Amino acid sequence: MIATSIAMAVIAAATPLLFAAIGELVAERAGVLNLGVEGMMLIGAVTSFAVTVTSGSWILGIIAGALAGSVMALLFAVLTLSLMANQVGTGLALTLFGIGLSSLLGRSFVGIPLPGLPRLDIPGLSDLPGIGPLLFGQDILVYLSVALAALVAWVLKRTRMGLMLRAAGESARSAHSLGLPVIGIRYGATLFGGAAAGLGGAFLALAYTPMWAENMTAGRGWIAIALVVFGSWRPWRVLAGAYLFGGVSILQMHAQGVADLPPQLFAMLPYAATIIVLTVISAGPWKARLNAPADLGKPFHPSL
Amino acid sequence: MSKIEVAQPPRLAVRNISKRFQAVQANDRIGFEVAPGQIHALLGENGAGKSTIVKIIYGILQPDEGEILWNGRLVRIDSPRAARALGIGMVFQHFSLFEAMTVAENIALGLNQSGGMKALSRRIAELSASYGLALDPDRDIHTLSVGERQRVEIVRCLLQDPRLLIMDEPTSVLTPQETRQLFETLRRLAAEGCSILYISHKLYELQELCQHATILRGGRVVGSCDPAKESAQSMAQLMIGGVPATASRQRNEAVGAPRLVVSGLNLPADQPFGVTLKDVGFTLAAGEILGIAGVSGNGQDELMAALSGERLLPDASRIQFDGQPVGKLDFEQRRAQGLYAVPEKRDGCTAVLGMSLAANTLLSARGGMALSKHGLLRKSKAMAFARRIIDAYGVKADGPQAAAGTLSGGNLQKFVVGRDILQNPKALIIAQPTWGVDAGAAAAIHQALFDLARRGAGIVVISQDLDELLALSDRLMVIHLGRLTPPMPTSDVSAEAIGLLMGGAADAKGQTHAA
Amino acid sequence: MRLEIEPRRSVSPVLFYATPLLAVVLTVASGYVLFLALGLDPSRTLYHFLVAPLLTGFGLAELCLKAGPLVLIATGLALGFRANVWNIGAEGQLIAGAICSGGVALAFWNESGWWILPLMTLAGALGGMAYAAIPAFLKTRFDVNEILSSLMLTYIATLILSILVFGPWRDPDGLNFPESRLFSESAQLPLLIEGTRLHPGILVALGAALLAWILSARTMTGFRLDVSGQAPEAARFAGFSRNHTIWMTLLAGGGLAGLAGCFEIAGPIGQLLPQISPGYGFTAIIVAFLGRLHPLGIIAAGFLVALSYNGGEIAQVQDQLPAAAVGVFQGMLLFYLLACDFLSRFHIRLRRAPASAEKRS
Repeated sequence: MIATSIAMAVIAAATPLLFAAIGELVAERAGVLNLGVEGMMLIGAVTSFAVTVTSGSWILGIIAGALAGSVMALLFAVLTLSLMANQVGTGLALTLFGIGLSSLLGRSFVGIPLPGLPRLDIPGLSDLPGIGPLLFGQDILVYLSVALAALVAWVLKRTRMGLMLRAAGESARSAHSLGLPVIGIRYGATLFGGAAAGLGGAFLALAYTPMWAENMTAGRGWIAIALVVFGSWRPWRVLAGAYLFGGVSILQMHAQGVADLPPQLFAMLPYAATIIVLTVISAGPWKARLNAPADLGKPFHPSL
Repeated sequence: MSKIEVAQPPRLAVRNISKRFQAVQANDRIGFEVAPGQIHALLGENGAGKSTIVKIIYGILQPDEGEILWNGRLVRIDSPRAARALGIGMVFQHFSLFEAMTVAENIALGLNQSGGMKALSRRIAELSASYGLALDPDRDIHTLSVGERQRVEIVRCLLQDPRLLIMDEPTSVLTPQETRQLFETLRRLAAEGCSILYISHKLYELQELCQHATILRGGRVVGSCDPAKESAQSMAQLMIGGVPATASRQRNEAVGAPRLVVSGLNLPADQPFGVTLKDVGFTLAAGEILGIAGVSGNGQDELMAALSGERLLPDASRIQFDGQPVGKLDFEQRRAQGLYAVPEKRDGCTAVLGMSLAANTLLSARGGMALSKHGLLRKSKAMAFARRIIDAYGVKADGPQAAAGTLSGGNLQKFVVGRDILQNPKALIIAQPTWGVDAGAAAAIHQALFDLARRGAGIVVISQDLDELLALSDRLMVIHLGRLTPPMPTSDVSAEAIGLLMGGAADAKGQTHAA
Repeated sequence: MRLEIEPRRSVSPVLFYATPLLAVVLTVASGYVLFLALGLDPSRTLYHFLVAPLLTGFGLAELCLKAGPLVLIATGLALGFRANVWNIGAEGQLIAGAICSGGVALAFWNESGWWILPLMTLAGALGGMAYAAIPAFLKTRFDVNEILSSLMLTYIATLILSILVFGPWRDPDGLNFPESRLFSESAQLPLLIEGTRLHPGILVALGAALLAWILSARTMTGFRLDVSGQAPEAARFAGFSRNHTIWMTLLAGGGLAGLAGCFEIAGPIGQLLPQISPGYGFTAIIVAFLGRLHPLGIIAAGFLVALSYNGGEIAQVQDQLPAAAVGVFQGMLLFYLLACDFLSRFHIRLRRAPASAEKRS
């Protein structure tokens, strides 16, 4: 069942991207452009790994990863939403800081192996040929990532909370004059984004590799940001994009063994694909980008 | 004590409200009362403090001092939510709407409890039908006209059964016909017992609509009256604090040679919610002032972009200036030919607020006044030119080094307009020349435009303010959905007729002709 | 009582330039806590971190050696940042410059001549510019976000360099290590001071910063960058083409980063390796911000951040400070700076709440 194992690998490669991109999508729909995803993922990864190794409980590890991601996001939120710092500059700072802090925190955990996360195992169902392992043989984070995408899609479209969140991203000034707590909403969305990025990092460290290595996200945080643009700020399209990119990165791994070319050439694929995809999306008529939140990245202060 | 004298307490009483923003005392011990079912006007110039006091009443701002009584009871309104819970609704001057959302979603966001979307849509349909305010709950806001958008705001308020409705300059964006319809709705609401606080600086509106007026100047209450019994002249004097300045002009009898010729200009929208220009054409003569009227969002921004050089045309010859095609030239290159443009937006477009006035002269005068040489800045020349503008137009500023952001809207507009006029353009395109400007500054700007025209320049004024256009222009055109009507001599047209054209009458006629 | 925050009508110039100093003080204070948390003697480690590198002539030379690329790159980046062009791929442009100038050096490895170094320098600058031209083209032609494209290109540049030193450019006499030949004498920068590793790169960096200063303060180009950054619509009103600004700033940033890459391999390294920069391209972003995007500020900030690199190395040896602590230090510095910015843009004051309403409600 080569097809099944490839599909399993694609799902695994896509899951961290999906977590991070869904989190960033929520933040951006509320008007917050957080370029610190890479840093939040790294901190999530190292924290979840360290907690799992120390406590022996991967459940604690996952929770710690999400919390650590949102603590990083809180730092970003305080700076940009309360202290009105530039969102681009602060996002870069968050990534640079996250890279440094994660390698500092993780230095005694380098090279320790973990068994990976347990997979769902339903006798009968999980053994079905082909789709059995795909549908019923994943670990909890894979299910959680898809559930999160579905939840975000539902909340944004169907609930008052989603409506308020979109309002804050569409026109902070209007939302404020109607009495919506714009800053509060943006705080919430940013923290959610951090938690989701932390989960993405936790998946990398606990399930995908599973180990801790410096800078192990290797640009996935940035690709996740690109995926939000690719998915034109819609959860299901972002999910599709994450799986597409999961596919690209599995493709490059397999191709490395097949062709007689330098392996680094294939390692470039996800990065090159990101640029190409962004070009195609951005070059399209403006209708494709109609969904971009109108106040994305614009600072807002009630007294301004 | 008041309980003995009056059976019914005022719906709203405001007492000694003060609010300060850094150097500006926006409200200084303001007090007034609004009776139940009364249409009460707040009259004042731009900067008189009207918006601040209503934002305090609606809970967006908190006062530094003073108190608010609601039906005789002291209340604290710390958020719009609290205001709505009391029964206060507000229609904003700059609408608080979300372009990419539907009417129903927009309304839900302004209600404290919206219930389900389906039920809400039904209520919207019912209410808008009963007031004759046609609205489709499922339409996206960006597809609506300005008048329809205002209806969304009004319906949003009415759904909560308000006891006080605040209307902030509601007619500044409407045609005369739409204004009349709005007044009917407001009268009906008042008859049903809803009080209305009506903010305006248009005197004849108050005389037509309001039973009582409180007049503000410089953040203080300077008088109150029954507008129907007062002359416009006396109210204006109270509002301005002196005799209103007026601009005067000797009309050019002989119109000069054609300066700017626009023909067959078609330009697709370049933004998600933009307007496409269709077959726009006109000729501007030397010494003439040509007005372009229209409800905002009908292609004025796009026309300005095409005329100014903000957007370059595929076919340069669609815009000819003194016989030369200029459609592919940018702002600065057109200025070099003598064609100047002042777009509507001051904040961040015609002026950089964080920079000094001297630096701001470099934006549009570096060529005309030779403020740079071989790519190097000539700072002292820029400084001198800034001082010249300040002196010539009485701009209130702490000298040429003052940051543009420290000037009031009116003074900054005088600076921006003066900067271009002092360079003696051969033609000037200007949008909303007196938007948000007090009467004194408006008169000064109008006078400057008259003088420029007398010196032989052609001027195009794009404005939503019909009164301004009737006062300024020799000929008038109306823009609707990206189309321009042919020019009409201003002396031959009535505000009523122009209002119909602003509402799209020309298009409707065109269709019947075609059919 | 409540805290009230109001934007200043114009940025306070005194605070604008004083807040970076405050950020440095806060970072040092936090460093004290960080070192304590790592179980180190904080005063001793801080001494090694901040003072020890300045005590010897060799140390000062090393400081200049590190400050050179930081100042050079940050000067270029700051031009873009002023104009709201966010080139964060300077690391990739540095690598591209190193590859191009390294290619020249390797092509003439057994020749000598005065012309080799100038040719390498030119190749380095052009390589960096060409690499920065990609995001510039994508931005101006297709409106692709330059942050993402320039960053993705950095990953790609690292991989290209790796392909070269693992493959065609590997030293044939080098026992299969992934590294190129050592450059010939003619392909290496002369030393400014014998006995140190200091090369003229620092002079070029200072010269570039000085030129950038003149550009910013005296020319229409500098004005143009500021207007583009502060008010894009005003830039259009003034007739400054956005595309022109994007090209200009990206090429300048790329060229200077490429030059820095050339100086690294023709200077202290002397060959091509899979990794040729300790993240100068990224750290330069911090330098640019810390220096307030002002060329003179950048010179000061460049030396300060260089100090953190060298002090970090000393503290690694003397106190077993983890290498990653340097990154944390630099990140913290940028955070504090962004936070302190608030002071220069806003008034903060205590205000009495309206007493009457407060009491009775």
